[in-house]
Amino acid sequence: MEFFAWCVVAAGIGMGLGSFGTGIGQGLAIQKAVEGVARNPGASGKIMTVMLIGLAMIESLAIYVFVVAMIILFANPFTETVVQLLNK
Amino acid sequence: MIHPFIFLDWLEHQLHLHIGSHVTYTWLVMALLIFLAVLVKRSIKTVPSGLQNFFEPVIDGIENMIEETMGHKGKAYFPLIATIAFFILASNLIALIPGFFPPTANLNTNAAMALTVFAMTHIIGVKEHGIGYFKHFCGPVIWLAPLIIPIEIVGHLARPLSLTLRLFGNMYGHEIVLMIFFGLVPFLLPLPMMLMGVLVAFIQTFVFMLLAMIYIAGSLEEAH
Repeated sequence: MEFFAWCVVAAGIGMGLGSFGTGIGQGLAIQKAVEGVARNPGASGKIMTVMLIGLAMIESLAIYVFVVAMIILFANPFTETVVQLLNK
Repeated sequence: MIHPFIFLDWLEHQLHLHIGSHVTYTWLVMALLIFLAVLVKRSIKTVPSGLQNFFEPVIDGIENMIEETMGHKGKAYFPLIATIAFFILASNLIALIPGFFPPTANLNTNAAMALTVFAMTHIIGVKEHGIGYFKHFCGPVIWLAPLIIPIEIVGHLARPLSLTLRLFGNMYGHEIVLMIFFGLVPFLLPLPMMLMGVLVAFIQTFVFMLLAMIYIAGSLEEAH
């Protein structure tokens, strides 16, 4: 039970840390993109495309953390026992 | 959101089959797309009306995007990319209808698509350049090759992994978030998240399509 509790804590903290860095990264990317569009509105189409690819790349970091968190929570050998205990 | 009642699952249960909802819903999306395609093709006109009005700008947009990112050589791969785009968009959007399960919220569907793109990039590369395609992996100078080849191989293998996990994580994560919000406050609170879901569906389709294009364009260009 204690092991599972620490697993939940690890998944939560990991997700928090992962989205922290991703948030800063995406914020910086969007800041520069908006600056670029403000200076040259004609290039907005190209900037949009490049920005979206970049955002998708940055975002995959948070997605990896999410997948790891899901693995910790659901592929855990103790999950079934805990669910059974909770259902009692 | 994973709805409590998934009607194809129920049907499967009645027929005593064990296929899995991601497969049955993939078939459903395929049937839907084929039906729409036949419907549009049957009544094609110079002055568009009805469904053709909707499909013409979409296909035109995809074609222009391929022209922009891949050059005129890339036009041959329009069917692959447009099919992937339509399939992902349709399967992402049916998640919003009660009783439907999005096939893209399962790792297997995404892995199939990502591996198709991965295999296609290398097949196209070998077809375009013959044996010279392997210069892509050797870096700019020949004596750097022992250093570059392992890096390139890891980089190429990471592509299908990241394509799969990005789409899966986005769709599945969105479902989990919706489920948690629905469990907390079922009234009105999940609504903004559902709006996010529509946005995520379109953006992920766009990103998957664009990355597939970029990967194929990378194997089309000459090695230096």
